[in-house]
Amino acid sequence: MSILVTPQTRLLVQGITGAFGARHAQLSIDYGTQVVAGVTPGKGGQIFEHRGVKVPIFDTVAEAVRETKATASAVFVPPPFAADAILEGVDARLDLVVAITEGIPVIDMIKVKRAMQGSTTRLIGPNCPGIVTPGEGKDSHGGCRIGIAPGYIHKRGNIGVVSRSGTLTYEAVFQLTSRGVGQSTCVGIGGDPVNGTSHLDVVQMFMADPDTHGIIMIGEIGGSAEEEAAEWIKAHGTKPVAGFIAGATAPPGRRMGHAGAIVSGGKGTAQAKFDAFRAAGIGVAATPSEMADTLLKMM
Amino acid sequence: MNIHEYQAKQLLKQHGVAVPPGEPCKTVAEAKAAAEKIFAAGHTLAVIKSQIHAGGRGKGTFKHGFKGGVKLAKSVDEAVNFAENMLGQTLVTVQTGPEGRVVQTILVAAAEKILKEFYLAVLLDRANSRPLIMASTEGGVDIEEVAAHTPEKIIKEWVDPAVGIQPFQARKIASGLGLKGDAFNGAVKLIMGVYKTWWESDASMVEINPLAVVETPSGKEAIICVDAKIGLDDNALYRHADIQAMRDLAEESPLEIEASKFALNYIKLDGSIACLVNGAGLAMSTMDIIQHFGGMPANFLDVGGGASKDQVSAAFKIILSDPNVKAIFVNIFGGIMDCNVIATGIVEAVRETGLKLPLVVRLEGNNVAAGKATLDASGLTIISGDTMADAAKKVVAAVAA
Repeated sequence: MSILVTPQTRLLVQGITGAFGARHAQLSIDYGTQVVAGVTPGKGGQIFEHRGVKVPIFDTVAEAVRETKATASAVFVPPPFAADAILEGVDARLDLVVAITEGIPVIDMIKVKRAMQGSTTRLIGPNCPGIVTPGEGKDSHGGCRIGIAPGYIHKRGNIGVVSRSGTLTYEAVFQLTSRGVGQSTCVGIGGDPVNGTSHLDVVQMFMADPDTHGIIMIGEIGGSAEEEAAEWIKAHGTKPVAGFIAGATAPPGRRMGHAGAIVSGGKGTAQAKFDAFRAAGIGVAATPSEMADTLLKMM
Repeated sequence: MNIHEYQAKQLLKQHGVAVPPGEPCKTVAEAKAAAEKIFAAGHTLAVIKSQIHAGGRGKGTFKHGFKGGVKLAKSVDEAVNFAENMLGQTLVTVQTGPEGRVVQTILVAAAEKILKEFYLAVLLDRANSRPLIMASTEGGVDIEEVAAHTPEKIIKEWVDPAVGIQPFQARKIASGLGLKGDAFNGAVKLIMGVYKTWWESDASMVEINPLAVVETPSGKEAIICVDAKIGLDDNALYRHADIQAMRDLAEESPLEIEASKFALNYIKLDGSIACLVNGAGLAMSTMDIIQHFGGMPANFLDVGGGASKDQVSAAFKIILSDPNVKAIFVNIFGGIMDCNVIATGIVEAVRETGLKLPLVVRLEGNNVAAGKATLDASGLTIISGDTMADAAKKVVAAVAA
């Protein structure tokens, strides 16, 4: 199994006719993902076609869900309209909304989180690379790829990966695959200060998933989400976890690319997170080159 | 984005928050006029405050020897003297670094008699994704110290974003601060206004330190913001033209401004190894791994997920403008982006800039074989690293050599 999505997950893409959304919808189709619908307001009735796959476009998510039984969505909508797009997915009772969009105002996300209270929809992101559950085919073809991750670096297997950063996730996945070790699911939770799903949420899902045997957790400076996950792992963890925290050399008070990657008021330092990892028995990779090896030594 | 104190006070005032009467001044003549107005209104003291985006102004020293970036003047003549010593001069504080900042603007304001100081701030509580109002009776001091040693002296009130701040929450805070009578009523209105400033401006932080109960010239008690600091959410600037206009480019690093024109995320640091990386997390880790192997990163540079040849070329020019740079480390994990496009960009940039410094390149991902072939065929001296660690060791060794 896997967490959140399986190769059978029926995906709709919000913003499928934009350059970014279209490119990644194509790559997901190439990967073998079930892309069943697109949504672009005002373009309902048109068809998004790629390599013989015809994806119907709808004006609204509600209509797309009704017609295609889509259960998950990838949001590629520009920042000023992204909060609305996420809430449209929530309103249509999707199981999962994955917001790829980078640059959504924080207050918009505060409102989205509040509006989602009590909802059954899970939000991943925003400002994230998305989710991959690798398939059984060549270069993991046939899996479910939601977002912008390179599918081909994955391999079907039993390691769960959770991270706030895109390229650092790819780095970990590549290290695993190069050593012949596959992944159950890889989740990029995003680099914003307000996001839908935390490290802890994903770690709990991996701990409950019988096909996940070990976890790589990648964090970065800012906030205390990594510490919260570490504390839970210390009390309830049943599987080996290894990790890395990016930003030990970042100057305080500066945002390091990601809106959420900032040490402010002495809080959110890499040191505090590494300390929490060690206290919880999480294997700490001395450098990002050793993320996979650190975990594999524990297994 | 950060703004000056006088701009923060303008935003607060627009939301009904009481600030001392005063004006920003760019010339000594303007400062003289502003001071005359303040003394004519019956105030006995004026404060002259250097406007730079850094803290520690009061204890700072100007490069020409004048001490103090914030001064109290008892007369117009004294105010003029302070203005002459501040305007156009370079102020060095604990936060500016040794190079200091040139003071282009001063704030000339009434300095009322302070009876009691407090702390007030609004920020995002990341742990529960809600706005948090923090207040303390320990004003005018470092709030981090208060939080570390006497956390019970910090009052916290979370706002439900569905309904916004409620007056009872402001009353709870004012009561917690021990305020009574006019000061209590003034504080309730002020706290509501400070919160609204945070919410309606899309601020990342509003900090009033100190917030103060003062005695006005007429002998009454009033509660006002003596100092104010506001940070804005860059992602929301598109919907605030008025706040965008407050951006002061003189306060930003010229290299960082240049980088932003090419959608590059660049932050200058003090080391000697320049980095060019795709992705914020990988860029931070690249800095970390350089330090792990004994080197010091010269910058953070994220070229983004879809870097073009032009961006790579611009990135090279920017990192080479830093005279401390002794070697360059390119670390690219091209998941979707074509490694050969990056390689072509690197080769062109090296030729264009006539690069003489050691260059270590670690390429991985999509079309990596073609990318490596392009680098090999260029005839340029490029040191290739197989993994991040291998490349980091090589670049640190190149600087040490």
